[in-house]
Amino acid sequence: MSNLQFLWFILIGVLFSGFFFLEGFDFGVGMSIKTLAQTRSERDAVIHTIGPHWDANEVWLITAGGAMFASFPMWYASLFSGFYLILLLILVALIMRGVSFEFRSRMESERGRNFWEWAAALGSFFAAFLFGMLFTAMVKGMPINAHGDISAHFTDYVNLFSLVGGVAVTLLCYLHGLNFVRLKTTGALRERALKWAKPLYWLLFAGEVLFAILLFFSTDFFAKKPISTLIIVVALVLLTVLATWGVYSNHEWLSFISSGLSLIDVVILLFNGLFPRVMVANNAANSILIKDASNSPYTLHLMTIIALTTLPIMLIYFIWSYWVFYKRVAS
Amino acid sequence: MSILSLARFQFAMTTVFHFFFVPLSIGLALVVAIMETLYVVKKDQLYKHMAQFWGRIFLLSFAVGVVTGIIQEFQFGMNWSEYSRFMGDIFGAPLAIEALVAFFMESTFIGLWMFGWDRFSAGIHCAFIWLTSIGTMISAMWILAANSFMQNPVGFMINAKTGRAQMTSFAAVIKNPQLWYELPHVLFGAFVTGSFVVAGMAAFGLLKKRNPEFFRKSLKVSLIIGLLATVGVVGMGDVQTRYIIKEQPMKFAATEGLYKDSGSPAAWAIVSGMDTKNHKTDWSIEMPYVLDILSYHKLSGNVKGQNAINKELHAKYDKKFGKDMNYYVPTKTLFWSFRVMAISGGLFALIAIIGLIFNRAGSDLIMRQRWFLWVLGICTFLPFAANTAGWFITELGRYPWVVYGLLTIADAVSPNVSVASLLISNIVYFCLFSGLGIVMIVLSKRVLHHGPDDLLQAKDDAPYDPYGKGAFDHE
Repeated sequence: MSNLQFLWFILIGVLFSGFFFLEGFDFGVGMSIKTLAQTRSERDAVIHTIGPHWDANEVWLITAGGAMFASFPMWYASLFSGFYLILLLILVALIMRGVSFEFRSRMESERGRNFWEWAAALGSFFAAFLFGMLFTAMVKGMPINAHGDISAHFTDYVNLFSLVGGVAVTLLCYLHGLNFVRLKTTGALRERALKWAKPLYWLLFAGEVLFAILLFFSTDFFAKKPISTLIIVVALVLLTVLATWGVYSNHEWLSFISSGLSLIDVVILLFNGLFPRVMVANNAANSILIKDASNSPYTLHLMTIIALTTLPIMLIYFIWSYWVFYKRVAS
Repeated sequence: MSILSLARFQFAMTTVFHFFFVPLSIGLALVVAIMETLYVVKKDQLYKHMAQFWGRIFLLSFAVGVVTGIIQEFQFGMNWSEYSRFMGDIFGAPLAIEALVAFFMESTFIGLWMFGWDRFSAGIHCAFIWLTSIGTMISAMWILAANSFMQNPVGFMINAKTGRAQMTSFAAVIKNPQLWYELPHVLFGAFVTGSFVVAGMAAFGLLKKRNPEFFRKSLKVSLIIGLLATVGVVGMGDVQTRYIIKEQPMKFAATEGLYKDSGSPAAWAIVSGMDTKNHKTDWSIEMPYVLDILSYHKLSGNVKGQNAINKELHAKYDKKFGKDMNYYVPTKTLFWSFRVMAISGGLFALIAIIGLIFNRAGSDLIMRQRWFLWVLGICTFLPFAANTAGWFITELGRYPWVVYGLLTIADAVSPNVSVASLLISNIVYFCLFSGLGIVMIVLSKRVLHHGPDDLLQAKDDAPYDPYGKGAFDHE
């Protein structure tokens, strides 16, 4: 494995981390439209909190996908063709969610608004859940042939471990969204988000323990990298403790940063466990390795220069746009 | 049904639908940016209201364009995994750069533009829409760089060990002549789309006789942009045509329905009856010399027919690929597509000129010539047909290749995706697109039906706060 290959493995992880941190609260906020918010003005306010940002947040996913294609096409080809139907459902969810905000704003009847609010809420829910399922199933291992093609059965995608993974990611996103709502709204909405977060954090602890146990039995993470895996799992629990403390002591920033970091921690857990592979095969000989999956040194070198020059510029205006809409949204 | 035909159908369906909204968004972003610039320069509130009103259509189009774009990126891996493996070294880079450079720019500044009307000075706010507009054009540049490689591979080698295409010169990939013929043509086409959608919708608005001043001004701005863009798109189309004769003669011969060599001087068939089975032209109505003018800007010269080119391609590629391939492209589709494109171009120029004359200041001719407003209204839809026709020629004319001369379409498809999966995804996309298309039309009609009254009547001393109560109700 060359340094550049290693760097791009990390960069893909960074892009997915950015995606989960940012779209994580978008998904959570999306689900909140039909759960947390109870009046029309509250639903308006909840949508406003992500209004100027959600589209740019989603670009992190598109960039991650593009970067995967540009650095590890064997990974991209195997993953995307192998998880075909899950990705189709994710696309449907992202499409319905993506048009919902603009379409809702043009609706004139309660029924019309209601439809697009459900599209946003269910789209967010399924996107979060299916991404959780996809990545969990991916690290569990798939039937992959020597060419790198997956030909799997239903239970390879949908099993106890992947379902728990899906629920855990959904819950993490939902809580991250509640924490974001606490930061960005006022009044009843802000208080209700706090109230709801409290019991859900105890559920999350239970989910994390269950996930860790299943991780132990379903993957080779603990067998191959016991120390690092353990550290990351403990970090996940500690971050959740911090977020819970932030909820009970009403420290809004602390909860939000902790819930975001716990999503990143999950990405780190997966990437740490994957290394030095990009796809885990049931038959270990067919696992796709970083060293075999990448593009030529020329392209990796080129992409490194481009990414390292454009990313900082992008981050400047990206962060600035959050600064501009720093204010809380009234409902 | 085979995986191959289903995957091809899906690619056609998803790209055609996506490409309704891409040129519309690129074009509308420019039109809105110009309107807002006029407001900043002339300080006339009417231009601000124009930017806000047509901005509503732009935002609808942008939303659908974004979500259908995600399908495109995922599709290469999902349906065309062999293509992704073969081409990843070259194709992935422009795709990733497009996201890094263009998508972040568009999506961030469109957010600032949507929600920033009262937070920034007019000049800075105007800069946001320009940055969005430039973002959309940069995006077009990178994705066309990727497409151009598929049309005309340059700056690469085939790795003998892996059999994959490998980039040897990024500069060559960017300098690909195909790109610099294709890009301006596509961009001008997008400007035509945006401006004629505004002009057509403004014409519908004028038919209702409400807010005539607002719609006449909109018409004037959009038709001026539309006329300039039409000149651009036709001019660049001409340049591109002469390039294609040299680089992809089969594509060109098919757009002219030529099977036999034309001989010199070459006549241009306005319409013809083609026998695609026996590879011959049965009959045609021709204009003498026009094909030579089109091809070489001269009055003489032979244009090669498909039969001769087919023989050359057999000699060139059969051995290399170890199979006897069919090199004829879907001639009828290309032939008629070219005519749709060419006729649209002529119509746009004509209509823009008439419209500008009818709409000139001090005359109310435009209000009295209702038939013309109807013609303009129908023109809202014509650019979409022209854009689609253009892509039919570009993409179908590359048959049997997915990457010209390097990889056939049949070898590019995912081997492990089942017919059932592809069938399901085709049905899902079809239903989704039908729904989105209908909603999009209904909502655009609704925006037009309500007209700009709410903007025109808004009191300037009570600025609209996007973060205030009820902001999402009617915005």
